[in-house]
Amino acid sequence: MSTSGAPQTSGGKDILLRVRGLKRYFDVSQPLLNRLLEGKPRQILRAVSGINFDIQRGHTFALVGESGCGKSTVANLVVGLYRPTAGTIEFDGQDLAKLQRRSELAAIRRKMAMIFQDPYASLNPRWRVFNIISEPIRAFGLLDDKQAIIDRTAQLLTQVGLSPQDGQKYPHEFSGGQRQRISIARALASDPQFIVCDEPTSALDVSVQAQILNLMSELQQRLGLSYLFISHDLAVVRHMADRIGVMYLGRLCESAPADTLFENPRHPYTRLLLDTIPDIEMTGRKRVPVAGEIPNPIDPPTGCAFHPRCPRVTDVCRRERPHLRPVADGIMVACHAVDAPDHLSGSQAAG
Amino acid sequence: MGKPASLQAVHIPLHRRAIDALRRAADGDVFYSFIHSPVTVAATAVTLLIILSAVLAPWIAPQDPFDMASLDLMDAHTPPSWMADGNPKYLLGTDDQGRDVLSTILYGSRISLEVGFLSVIFSMVLGVGLGIVSGYAGGWLDAVIMRIAEIQISFPAILIALLTDGILRTVIPEARAEELALTVLIFSIGISGWVQYARTVRSSTMVERNREYVQAARVIGIHPVKIMLRHILPNVMGPVLVIATIHLAVAIITEATLSFLGVGVPPTEPSLGTLIRIGNDYLFSGEWWITIFPSAALAILVLAVNLLGDWMRDALNPKLR
Repeated sequence: MSTSGAPQTSGGKDILLRVRGLKRYFDVSQPLLNRLLEGKPRQILRAVSGINFDIQRGHTFALVGESGCGKSTVANLVVGLYRPTAGTIEFDGQDLAKLQRRSELAAIRRKMAMIFQDPYASLNPRWRVFNIISEPIRAFGLLDDKQAIIDRTAQLLTQVGLSPQDGQKYPHEFSGGQRQRISIARALASDPQFIVCDEPTSALDVSVQAQILNLMSELQQRLGLSYLFISHDLAVVRHMADRIGVMYLGRLCESAPADTLFENPRHPYTRLLLDTIPDIEMTGRKRVPVAGEIPNPIDPPTGCAFHPRCPRVTDVCRRERPHLRPVADGIMVACHAVDAPDHLSGSQAAG
Repeated sequence: MGKPASLQAVHIPLHRRAIDALRRAADGDVFYSFIHSPVTVAATAVTLLIILSAVLAPWIAPQDPFDMASLDLMDAHTPPSWMADGNPKYLLGTDDQGRDVLSTILYGSRISLEVGFLSVIFSMVLGVGLGIVSGYAGGWLDAVIMRIAEIQISFPAILIALLTDGILRTVIPEARAEELALTVLIFSIGISGWVQYARTVRSSTMVERNREYVQAARVIGIHPVKIMLRHILPNVMGPVLVIATIHLAVAIITEATLSFLGVGVPPTEPSLGTLIRIGNDYLFSGEWWITIFPSAALAILVLAVNLLGDWMRDALNPKLR
């Protein structure tokens, strides 16, 4: 692994999605009357407070982190379910916030799709599978001939390993894994280039998880898809991702190619996460339990948000927030301790 | 692209689907609970019997009570046929104008049911519409609709109906009052009942709104109105049917009350409530049949519909299964 190169951003490559300074705050204050009577201040939840990342065409970028770190909020921001408080999202060179006309927005939306976490909630229980899958086709007006829509839906069902006859059934007639296949078929219906996957396997049995992940990899290769993959399961992420961003309390604390991240985690939080992965080869190894809990994002700690749980905490960490900066080829870390050479050598010994 | 030949089989004809749906319903829990509740079966039979006889009144009634030519004032105040002065032509006797009481009941329940059904439909459309918008949009719109609902629900429904009825009657020009009487009545009863639908639908909508299938529709840019109508509406209608059934009984009673008070349907086309009011004047002169039989018909109808609604509420409530 080379660490000699100049700090490299992925500027020259074929970037499909570029996210810069993305922020999303939620106002979770009490109602005005309560605030006035009880003298409580406004409360702002900073779900996402300024993150940057790029996704290359045909690649998978994974966001990992504990629950409540803001990774699902990022997914919802990217597909447009939430509006960003600040920052830009560029898809295929177009700033999403600047698209005002419905037709322009539809043209971009057609190229994006989303796969959801809960296969039981993501399919309308009153709709036949045929109608669920063909909804994007009809919404974007991709095909108007009824027979063409039937053919396309059958093709989509076959593509995800179901039978065209399944189109006449209702979602409750399928298992969780099959439902997730239907969800994937719907995502593929508009022929997208980019799919946001919000914990697509976390509600499934382990045996089914592998099938769904393999299907997604296969589709990625065949159709040249790019994925934004949200997960808390590092084993799943390792299987899928080309590049991984580790999120903590609304910020990225490390961003690195998947192999590098697993072989040589730099940020103390990444290490802590990796230590918690169960591993057959390491049976009997003494596992370090994750110390402490994720702080309240309404009232984040000063300086580095991770400092209350960090084994390498120093005074600087309590005062100043570290910025995400390149430490090696394609590796970005936000940690005061990482610069120190003794820490770098230490991490290699541990890895 | 696929195998078009085998795909033709994908589309099942409509009548086959309907048969399948019926077969599934017959196998289902709801049907089982229906068959094993004799009270409900009886209530359904009675309700259907009353509805059927009301609909078929022009064909099965012994006399057309609105046809002045067929009335004979000489036959007025005839007691029921089994009593001493009874006439076999008039099974339940006649009223002060010589109208056959059985026929007036058949025709009267026709008007009562018509007003009941139409006002329930009006309430339902209004309440479900406002509830779904309120729950989906949230924010100030939700606040405004729900405050109006709360103000209205703090008054008894009959008072709202009376008030609306009174206002509309003064607004409408005298000449058209007669022909618009039914519309005014339906509007007044309908407007008094929408709150229940709105509140129920609003809370279910707030649950459905955050489910992922709605988000999936939003991601592909489906218009909010379409999302409400095509995605959310079918998923919030279950409780609405239960409320509608129970509300039908309430609406019939409200109509009868308004007609009894003389602000409902005109006496020339009497509903059950009007019949009871007319008969009430003769109760103390011993001609009890003019008021008792319409009252009994009303009581039986409302009781049957209510029992049906109660059963539906329990049978469709997954928590009580």
